[in-house]
Amino acid sequence: MIKQLSVFIENKEGRLKKAIDILSMANINIRALSIADTSKFGILRLIVQDLSKAKKILEENNFLVKETDVLAVEIPDEPTGLNKILNMLDKSKINLEYLYAFVGSKNNQAIVIIRVENIEEGLKALNNGDANILSQKDIETF
Amino acid sequence: MIWNEKYECMDNKSKKELQVRRLQNIVKFAYDNVPFYRRHFDEIGVKVDDIQELKDIEKLPFTTKTNLRETYPFSMFAVDDDEIIEIHTSSGTTGKPTVSGYTEKDINIWAEIIARAIVMVGGGSKDIIQNCYGYGLFTGGFGVHHGGRKVGATVIPISAGNTKRQIEVMVDFKSTILTCTPSYALYLSEFLEKEGFTSKDINLKAGLFGAEMWTEEMRKELESRLNIDALNIYGLTEIMGPGVAQECLIKDGLHISEDHFYPEIIDPDTLEVLEDGEKGELVLTTLTREGMPIIRFRTKDLTSLNREKCECGRTTVRMSRITGRTDDMLKIRGVMIFPSQIEKALLKIDGLTPNYHIIVTRDGILDEVEVEVEATSELFSDEVKVLEELENRIANHIHKEIGLRVNITLAEPNILPRSEGKAVRVTDKRNFN
Ligand SMILES: [Zn+2]
Repeated sequence: MIKQLSVFIENKEGRLKKAIDILSMANINIRALSIADTSKFGILRLIVQDLSKAKKILEENNFLVKETDVLAVEIPDEPTGLNKILNMLDKSKINLEYLYAFVGSKNNQAIVIIRVENIEEGLKALNNGDANILSQKDIETF
Repeated sequence: MIWNEKYECMDNKSKKELQVRRLQNIVKFAYDNVPFYRRHFDEIGVKVDDIQELKDIEKLPFTTKTNLRETYPFSMFAVDDDEIIEIHTSSGTTGKPTVSGYTEKDINIWAEIIARAIVMVGGGSKDIIQNCYGYGLFTGGFGVHHGGRKVGATVIPISAGNTKRQIEVMVDFKSTILTCTPSYALYLSEFLEKEGFTSKDINLKAGLFGAEMWTEEMRKELESRLNIDALNIYGLTEIMGPGVAQECLIKDGLHISEDHFYPEIIDPDTLEVLEDGEKGELVLTTLTREGMPIIRFRTKDLTSLNREKCECGRTTVRMSRITGRTDDMLKIRGVMIFPSQIEKALLKIDGLTPNYHIIVTRDGILDEVEVEVEATSELFSDEVKVLEELENRIANHIHKEIGLRVNITLAEPNILPRSEGKAVRVTDKRNFN
């Protein structure tokens, strides 16, 4: 289980860019990001290396930021890798809220970030399926 | 008791006849003596002779506060300067104040309408009036003073301020009628309590409260704290000053002295005259004023008229207490809305701040209202679904509270528009032209 930063993005021009700019100016390394977008607002979801620093700098710039628990799983290096992971959750009837993937810098493994309704249950299902679940430390050194 | 039964209890027919005659006279008088009115009437081609019945007043143009500023200081006066015996001004919070000039006859009329007001609240020659309205250019102090003398009451010209002294005078001189703003009356009552007095230590029986908007809740509060009848007095410098209308002890609207002032209610957008009972902007015409006749003055005050005979016996038309100013009003899909109503509804939802921004647009013929509210960390969620539900919940709450369908948009904290430290509450993007 790892921490993700969720940032509220108002539906106004330039707000998303502003958030990213602030982080890059503070030398925050963004490992992964995804954007949930509606016609009225967006939620920017970030996996960063220095979580507390990123949160602080965004808040200082008036952004609304929240820490969210998500699951980070390494995708097995085979064509049906992601399917395998999703099947584990499906079998245990775990409700998936969203997911996004990125590629690790160490040896090009694909990593998927998963948000489920019940994180404890999700964790259990993945453990039972023998998935390679990453810790906060793993993410920071990946 | 009624101060002037002849004019306060006229039958409808004689009242109308009197009003038409006086209206014809004042229109001619204004046209003949005030260049502004001559120009104003000539521009739209309306003639003095066009006024044959009361309804014909609608042919005349309105007079606005801006018109009065443009004629600053004395160009609205209809008589020679040496006939003006008193001058007052309205507070000029923005730009020049507006000036009001009175002849001796005008001052007598002012005293007459205040006399009616004092008697209307149960006062008379035996009463001691503690007049805490400011004596000066403001009309409050001198208006009550002139009227109090006319009734033969004792007037204490204590003016505003120095609350400790006010309390001392109230207790020692046994004042029976208090005249001030309702908020100052509340302050006085709190001060009394603090000084260890109760309502038994004072002799007040009634209060003439005006010069600001107040509510029924405030009335109840003042009545129980001071053991008095708390009554509304209404007036404005441009027309005369306080006393244009006064609430009687029935407490169901303010009697307008119709023999001196002709009221209309208009829709502030279309400028059409509305029916009795409909809420809109009060427009007043002075029927007898010499020094500065005013034709169809737009007061910007929102009220409605009730012509039913009052239980107190008076037949003069009553206006409801002022419930708002046209400046603050938004008309959305034909319904009057005040930003304060939306603010009140928002504050009932946990986690919302009083910072909001209302944006009104018009899509074809339909008004759309968007309310931006500040998202707070208490309300923010990582899930789209939760935030969308929140927006709907706020919108439904506003609909339930004030009957208006709005779209809610969550905004980032601290970026709603502000100007000079004061929040900009409304952006009206509709084009009315
Ligand atoms: Zn009455």
